[in-house]
Amino acid sequence: MDKLDAPALRNRIETFAQAQAIGRWDLGAASSNDSSVQVDRGEAKQMKAAQRSSITVRVWNGDGLVGITSTPDLSDSGLQKALAGAQEASAFGNPDDSPAFSPLATAPLQPLEQPLHEPRGILELLTSLKDAERQLLDRHPALTTVPYNGLAERSSERIYLNSDGACRQQQLTTASVYLYARAEQAGRKPRSAGAVRLAYGASDLDIAGCITEAADRTIAHLDYAPIHTGHYTCVFSPEAFLDLIGAFSSLFNARAVLDGVSLSSRSSLGQSLAVPFLSIADNGLHPGNIGASSFDGEGTPTRRLSLVEGGVLQNFLHSEATARAFGVAPTGHAGLGAKVSVGPDWFEIGATPGAAGAALGLDRHAASGQGAAPGGGLVLIDSLSALHAGVKASQGSFSLPFDGWLLQGGEARSIEAATVAGDIRSLLKAIVGFEGEAKVTPDGLCPHVWVEGLSITGEA
Amino acid sequence: MVVTLSTSSAIPSGSVDRFDQDWRKPLEGLLGLGSAAGADLVEVFLESTDHLGVLAEQERITSVSPAFGTGAGIRVFRGERDGFVSTNDLSEAGLRRALEQALGMLGLQVPSLGASGQGGFDGLATLRDFGASKADWLRACPSLSEATTRLLEGTDRLERHGAHLQARRGSYARDWQEVLVAASDGTFARDIRLHQSLGLTVLAADGEHRASAGRRYGSSGRPEHLAQWDVESSAQEVCSSAGTMLYSDYVEACQVPVVLANRFGGVIFHEACGHLLETTQVERGTTPFADQVGELIAHEAVTAIDEGLSDGAFGSLSMDDEGMEPQRTVLIENGVLRRFLSDRAGERRTGHTRTGSGRRQSHAFAAASRMRNTYIAAGPHSPEELIASVEKGLYCKAMGGGSVGPTGQFNFAVEEGYLIEDGQLTKPVKGATLIGEAKEVMPRISMCANDLELAAGFCGSVSGSIFVTVGQPHIKVDSITVGGR
Repeated sequence: MDKLDAPALRNRIETFAQAQAIGRWDLGAASSNDSSVQVDRGEAKQMKAAQRSSITVRVWNGDGLVGITSTPDLSDSGLQKALAGAQEASAFGNPDDSPAFSPLATAPLQPLEQPLHEPRGILELLTSLKDAERQLLDRHPALTTVPYNGLAERSSERIYLNSDGACRQQQLTTASVYLYARAEQAGRKPRSAGAVRLAYGASDLDIAGCITEAADRTIAHLDYAPIHTGHYTCVFSPEAFLDLIGAFSSLFNARAVLDGVSLSSRSSLGQSLAVPFLSIADNGLHPGNIGASSFDGEGTPTRRLSLVEGGVLQNFLHSEATARAFGVAPTGHAGLGAKVSVGPDWFEIGATPGAAGAALGLDRHAASGQGAAPGGGLVLIDSLSALHAGVKASQGSFSLPFDGWLLQGGEARSIEAATVAGDIRSLLKAIVGFEGEAKVTPDGLCPHVWVEGLSITGEA
Repeated sequence: MVVTLSTSSAIPSGSVDRFDQDWRKPLEGLLGLGSAAGADLVEVFLESTDHLGVLAEQERITSVSPAFGTGAGIRVFRGERDGFVSTNDLSEAGLRRALEQALGMLGLQVPSLGASGQGGFDGLATLRDFGASKADWLRACPSLSEATTRLLEGTDRLERHGAHLQARRGSYARDWQEVLVAASDGTFARDIRLHQSLGLTVLAADGEHRASAGRRYGSSGRPEHLAQWDVESSAQEVCSSAGTMLYSDYVEACQVPVVLANRFGGVIFHEACGHLLETTQVERGTTPFADQVGELIAHEAVTAIDEGLSDGAFGSLSMDDEGMEPQRTVLIENGVLRRFLSDRAGERRTGHTRTGSGRRQSHAFAAASRMRNTYIAAGPHSPEELIASVEKGLYCKAMGGGSVGPTGQFNFAVEEGYLIEDGQLTKPVKGATLIGEAKEVMPRISMCANDLELAAGFCGSVSGSIFVTVGQPHIKVDSITVGGR
């Protein structure tokens, strides 16, 4: 990959901006090299590679209004055209909500431990994935195919520059493997499940762990049965609960609050949102966050931010513009745009230190004869699907298909097909407690979470 | 034809501004190199794009997002295997590097420069220029000023027609694309595409009651789309839906007959069945219909079609992304499975002949068999007959999004639903989700009405997000699981 040359890019942009009478600008640029393979029953299915570059330029016109343009064309003519496009768009900038440079765009960055790896090359990736597929299929005779699989590696670089002298640059290598197996038995419906692993290089990927997890999860679903529709106490896996909180992250999003599409409002800060033993933080710098960014789209450093403590809403995620509107500092969660988006990095979810409620809840549940005890009925939600369609973040409601187990009479049986429905505000108040150690996942850190009284639709 | 193994034919100056005959020589050079290296087929896809996105919120334009770009995707087949490389670098060196990388994936190497070879490549055919009559499309589109004015008109009408509105949004997207496809089987074709979409959404809130509603309107090849948009009726429809649903109760989970409204109700057929009729699913072994051509897989009331021909429809094409003219493909005829949708790779790997369905989001994706305008054909009944035939059930007037799992289970949200009691629509309900499996539900579509309509949408799958149309008349499903509270 050709490295992005930040000083040279700055010089070119400054020259072109001057020629177009643009005095104030900033930009985000990125380039990447990707390679990936997929296999099908011992043969290469598809091998792909991509060289990409892109740049997003913002300019401020004489009235202080912002325009933006994006392009993959980093040639001189491409940059000139982008500046001209942004200048034209700035005439339609929003005077009520105009972004500015982040006051933290030159603040020191926290160092990240992100070792750079040389690419292994696509043919080596292919050999590894073929081997992984074979090992997975050998785990059980019912495992017939691995219809969704992939092994990929990427090297990338990103830059943030502005006309006040800010200059951020980050290089990164990452790799990923996913294996999604399908199992079939005569007279039974096909079942499938999978696993994914991330690392800074393909040689560091835990492929063996991915094979074992994909096999174990798929095989565990072979013996399935329908579940009766009703209300159940549910235990969310760390992955499932993180998915749910991520889908409702507009609760913590200052942009959504200002736009009137969040369930939270300005006055929600300091108010109770959840049971008094729940803590949620956003921490993009956690070492488990593979591929973390050290700065956001506006150059603001990434940092840990407490969102909920003791069940009480503490902070919102901010860009420069939303932070200015709230009278606080940007938090490092911005994109780059004429209207700047805001989003979370990586959640840490667990019990508030010193709060005893979580343990008490589980004890109470065990004493009541529910849960995993004989005669009780407990639903373990292993993974949620269709979050893009089944979550109405602005209304608080969700209805989501899931893979999971019914724990009854001391035994666990895979659930054939079901959905879980509810309201996120009610769910956060119905958490019973946490179980097990917090687990590091691609989306965050979380233990198993027990929730009472959720509606499950299986067989009506 | 003997091809000189060199790409020395210069990439035309100003190349990214127009893809035309000037690209013949350099492309023939690349294809010749790939063929001589031992590839069965080499395909080059060149693309230039010009995008504009505008967002209006309340009384303000809050985002104007222009973007433009160019790129190439080079795909090499050898047997059933293929390698694909995409790049933003359209220079001679950049394209050659991409070709070499794609060949390398298959263990092939470019012969030394200056050598000669046939490789089975006989040169490109005469350019089929589907874009020749479309050169003015981009200029004929509304200006930025006109687009912003129209969107603000939309959010103003929402304010007039809605109650308890907490947020009003109007969005406009214009996607212009010029493509040139060249392949070592002689394919040489150019096209210009224009897609425009408009959306209106509202969030209504009153105390603890909340409801959102939205509609999207899209077209292809119609520069006048924005000017002809009926903003008044669009705003009324959206506000009516949000107002109806604001105070509605949640539906109880049940297993009942369901009547699905026309237009976007077709999203269920698209997701739950249409994807299973793409050869990508046959290749993966993930469709239950793989060996059932000629067999009854749906109720005899069901005929389903996928085509790229309807004038102005969002999924219509002059040629697919592999240079083939689209067809009208009858997927299911009176319940019997007739055809699968196929692309180059699908034809090579499954034997199903191509249907002009090779589609991709951009040069960064290899084409795959994808749907275009997909719909259930009209039947003999009136919509009222369908509703009158249900004693107790659910009417789904507006559908939200949904998904289909890898084993065929689907799950769709109902945005606007009503109970059916004794053949009449009664109270509105929210929170309903339709749950099932295509193989089980298709035989239960027992009645189709005579009011087929299409609706624009976006479909995300293996080759990215593409413009499609879904559609159907009102249909009745005899029994389906409805998820609720």
